Amino acid sequence: MEDAGFILGSYALTLAAVAMFAWRTIRSGRRLAEQVPDEDKYWL
Amino acid sequence: MNGDHDDDDTGNTMTTTDPAQTADTVSITAPRSTGTSATRVVGVAAIVAMAWLVAFGLGFSPADRDQEEAVRILYVHVPTIWLAYLAFVVTAIASALYLFTSKQSLGWDRAAGASAEIGVVFVAVTLVVGALWGRLTWGVFWQWDARLTTTALLFVTYVGYLAVRRLGGSHRQRARRSAVLGLIAVLEIPLVHWSVRLWRSLHQEATVLDTDGDIDMDGLMLFSLFVGVIAFTLLYAWLMMHRVRAMAMEDLVEDRGLDAALAARRAEGGA
Repeated sequence: MEDAGFILGSYALTLAAVAMFAWRTIRSGRRLAEQVPDEDKYWL
Repeated sequence: MNGDHDDDDTGNTMTTTDPAQTADTVSITAPRSTGTSATRVVGVAAIVAMAWLVAFGLGFSPADRDQEEAVRILYVHVPTIWLAYLAFVVTAIASALYLFTSKQSLGWDRAAGASAEIGVVFVAVTLVVGALWGRLTWGVFWQWDARLTTTALLFVTYVGYLAVRRLGGSHRQRARRSAVLGLIAVLEIPLVHWSVRLWRSLHQEATVLDTDGDIDMDGLMLFSLFVGVIAFTLLYAWLMMHRVRAMAMEDLVEDRGLDAALAARRAEGGA
């Protein structure tokens, strides 16, 4: 079942890539939020 | 803000009540991050849609007559490149809005940068997943074929765009030079899309975004593709909201660091 490895691998790689990018985005947001007062966060 | 609930996504006020201290409520106020109720709703919807994509892509949709099981990879491969196109078009539109509106809001510049970052991730996924599909369908991971080569060129161009954004200078300088590049780089998208018609290509022609408007796909296959498009669109929207807000804070932190450095320099000069 060589095909199954490639197919499952493609889904796993995709999910891992977007999860890593999402995690990096959230982490940088949290780190920066500590340095910026709430009144400067226009979305709040 | 003063509710008695944890709000971890936004980093809002977290209030904990110790049962031993019935009279005293201990409040820990964490800085509020890039999350809001809107990001939570979109985030949950994206996760649900991703789960649907996995279920339909790997389970419910049938195997293809020609490609057999390898067709399942296309439910990820095709939506990621469509969303990458969308992300780069958004970069171009935001760049134009920065350059050609009288206000020249840096918000447009940050939207352009955030969208390009997400687009680069999606193109990278397209290329890697496409290589796996190519190995199953053509027997090779890579061919210097027109579609593959132009897609790789698109990836390199936008990596370059992100590098240009980090060259230094003021926010306005960054915004102006990257906006010009964003408007030029988007011209590659028609080249990538039409490459299969312009040159002899190993890659198949468009099945859905075809000019004749005739979609030759099984209903469940088309639905799986549609679920993929919805899932990655929601993911794109969620990432955009977080990334644009994080970039706004990056600019603020950078400005404050610069102000502090200038103040220190002036104080040094005065002493």
